[in-house]
Amino acid sequence: MIVEILITQMPYLLHGVWVALQLLVCLLALGFVLGLSLAILEVYGHWTLRWFGVLFERIFRGIPAIVLLLLFYYGVADFVDISAFTAAVLALGLRSAAYQSQIFRGSILSISQGQMLAARAMGMSKPMAIREIILPQALRLSIGPWTNEFSSEMKATSLAYVIGVVELTRQARYIISSTQGNILAVFAVVAALYFIFNWLGNWGLYRLERKLAVPGFEQGGQG
Amino acid sequence: MSEFLEFGAEHLPYILEGLPITLGLWALAMAIGALFGLLLAWARLYGNKLIYGAATAYVEIFRGTPMLVQMLFIYLGLPEIGIVFDPFTAAVIAIGLNTSAYQAEYFRGAIRSIPRGQLQAARAMGMSQFQGLRWIILPQALRRVIPQWSNEAILELKYTSIAYAIGVSELTARAEKIGYETFMFFEVFMLLALIYIVLTGTVAQILQFLEKRTAIPGL
Amino acid sequence: MLLQVENIHKRYGTAEVLKGVSLNVVAGQSKVIMGPSGTGKSTLLRCINHLTPPDQGRVLVEGVEITSANLNKMREKLAFVFQDFNLFTHLRAVDNVAVGPRKIRGMNKVAARDLAMRELERVGMVERAEAYPAELSGGQQQRVSIARALAMEPKVILFDEPTSALDPELTGEVVAVMKQLASDGMTMLVVSHEIGFARQAADEIIFMDGGHILEQGPPEQLFASPQHERTRQFLSRIGEGGAGA
Repeated sequence: MIVEILITQMPYLLHGVWVALQLLVCLLALGFVLGLSLAILEVYGHWTLRWFGVLFERIFRGIPAIVLLLLFYYGVADFVDISAFTAAVLALGLRSAAYQSQIFRGSILSISQGQMLAARAMGMSKPMAIREIILPQALRLSIGPWTNEFSSEMKATSLAYVIGVVELTRQARYIISSTQGNILAVFAVVAALYFIFNWLGNWGLYRLERKLAVPGFEQGGQG
Repeated sequence: MSEFLEFGAEHLPYILEGLPITLGLWALAMAIGALFGLLLAWARLYGNKLIYGAATAYVEIFRGTPMLVQMLFIYLGLPEIGIVFDPFTAAVIAIGLNTSAYQAEYFRGAIRSIPRGQLQAARAMGMSQFQGLRWIILPQALRRVIPQWSNEAILELKYTSIAYAIGVSELTARAEKIGYETFMFFEVFMLLALIYIVLTGTVAQILQFLEKRTAIPGL
Repeated sequence: MLLQVENIHKRYGTAEVLKGVSLNVVAGQSKVIMGPSGTGKSTLLRCINHLTPPDQGRVLVEGVEITSANLNKMREKLAFVFQDFNLFTHLRAVDNVAVGPRKIRGMNKVAARDLAMRELERVGMVERAEAYPAELSGGQQQRVSIARALAMEPKVILFDEPTSALDPELTGEVVAVMKQLASDGMTMLVVSHEIGFARQAADEIIFMDGGHILEQGPPEQLFASPQHERTRQFLSRIGEGGAGA
C-alpha cells in the first residue's frame, strides 16, 4: 500500500528534486559571481568598497533565510510582480553571496604576498595578476569550504517551501494531503532524496578538488 | 521613513511578544544539542564499533537532510505512530537533534586537538581513563570549542524561525500575522529583519565577551 | 647607460632607510651590492622596480624614467629574482616560465612553451620542467625563477639575496647559473654576500651602510684595500678582505 503510493508518487517527488536542483544552481551561481566580486573588491578595492562589503555581509548573514524569503516574496511583491522561484533565488542567492565572499576572501588572504609581488615584478597589471595568479590558487583553496556552503544551501532550498515554490518538501506536503496519510513514509523518502542529493554533490566536489589538486597546495603557497 | 517608524512603533510590541518564545526555543534546543552532542562525540571517539556506527549514522543523517524536513517529520509524521507533540516541543526537539549532530563534530574535533600527553599525564598521576577525560581533556576541549560553538549558536538562533512553518508563535509567525492584517508585507518583514540583525548582533557580542572571559593563555 | 638610479630616498615612519642613493649600471655589467643587514640593500632593489615606491628620486632604464603610467612596461625590462623564489604555486616549472611571455608579451602557447624550455635549459632545469614548485628543492626553485626572469628577455635582472634562503649545499648551483649569465653578458644588479660570485663575476662591488653608498669599486680593489673602516669591519666579518685575505 505505502510502497504502491510511493511508486506512483515518485515522479512528483523527482520533479520536486529537479526544481530544488534548479533553485540550488541559480542561487549558488548568483552567490558565486557576487561573492567572488565582493571578495576581490574587499581585498583589493578602495576602503569604501570594503566597508560596503562588510555591511552587506553583516546584513545578509544576520537575517534568517526564512525572513529573507518572506521579504523578497511578499515584501517585494508590494512593488513588482515577482515569482516565488525568482524571489527564492534572490533571497537565498544574496545570502549565499555573503557567505561565499567570506570563503573567497579567506582564500585570497591566505595566499602568500610573494605571489602578487612576483607577478607585479614581472610586469603584470594588478587585474592580470589577480586573474592569472591569485584566483587560480584561491579558487582551488576554496573548494573545501565551498562544499560546506553547497551542502548548507542544498538544505536551505527546502525553506523555499514557505513561499510556495513547489520543490521537494512542498511536493511531499501535496502528496500527504492528496493521499491522506503515509506521512512518515513520504518524509522518510524525501529525507533520503535530500541525503542522496547532498552526498552526490559532496562527492562531485571532492572529485573536483582532487582533480585540480597541485602538490604543495595544502600548505597554502610558498614563502 | 517616518511612516516606517510609525508602523514599527505600532506593531513592534506585538511582534516582540514572540521574542521569549524565540529565545526559549533557542536556549532549550542549544542545551539539548550540547548534551546530546557531547554524548555523540564521546560515542564516535571512544565507543565500540556498534556505538560508533550508530552515532556516525545519526550525525550523517541529521547533517545531510534539511531541518525543515526533520521538523515536519517529527510534528506531522510521528503522530501516525501515536507520538504527538505540541508545535513548540516538536520544534525544540527538531532543532535540538539537528544542532546536536553539528555540535558533536565540533566537540569531537576539539577533543582530538588536545595533545595525547595531557591524558597520559593524567593517567600517570593515577586518574582513571574517565577521570582523565572528565577533568583534564574535557575542560580544555570545551574552551577550545567556544568560537565554533558560538557560531553554531548564532546559526541556530536564526534557524528558530523555521518553527514558524509548524505554527510556533515566535517572531516570524507574529510578523507574518501582522502582514496579513495590514497587508504591509514589505514594512513588516523589514522590521522583522531589523529585529533579527539586532538580536544576532547582540548575542554575538555577548558570546564574544564570554569567550574573552574564559580565555586561558596558551589554549 | 642602461640603468640609472638617481637620489633614491625611502623612509618607513621615522626611520629613513635610504638617504639618497644613486648608481649606474652599463649594459653587460654586473654589480654586487654588499653591506651589513638593515642598511637598505633590499629596499633599494625594490625601489628600483617600484615594488616599493621610492619617496623621492628617479629610476631610468635606457634613458626612460619609470612612472606610474609606464610601470608595467618598464618592469618587463627589469626582471626581479626574489630571496624566497615566489614561484607561482599552481603552475608547473615550465608554465611558471611561460606565463610571462604568454600573458604579458602576448606570445602564443607553443612559442611561449618553446621559449620556456630554452630558458629552463639555460639554468639546467629541463628535466624537471613538468614539476610543481613544491616538488623542487630550494636551489631548483631558484633556478626556475631565474629562468622565469630570463623569459621576459629583460634588460637588467635584479637579484635580491638569491641564495640566502638556501641551505649552504644548494647555493652552488644557483651561483653557477648566475656566473654563467654574467659571462654571457647579462646586465645584473645583485644584492648578495656570495663572495665567490662577487670575486669572479662582478665588475664592481657597491658597499652600502646606513642608507648610503659608502664606497664602490672593482672587487679586487675593494676587497684588498677598502677605504672605510666600516667596509673593513664588514669584510673581515664575512671572512674576506683586510687582515683575513
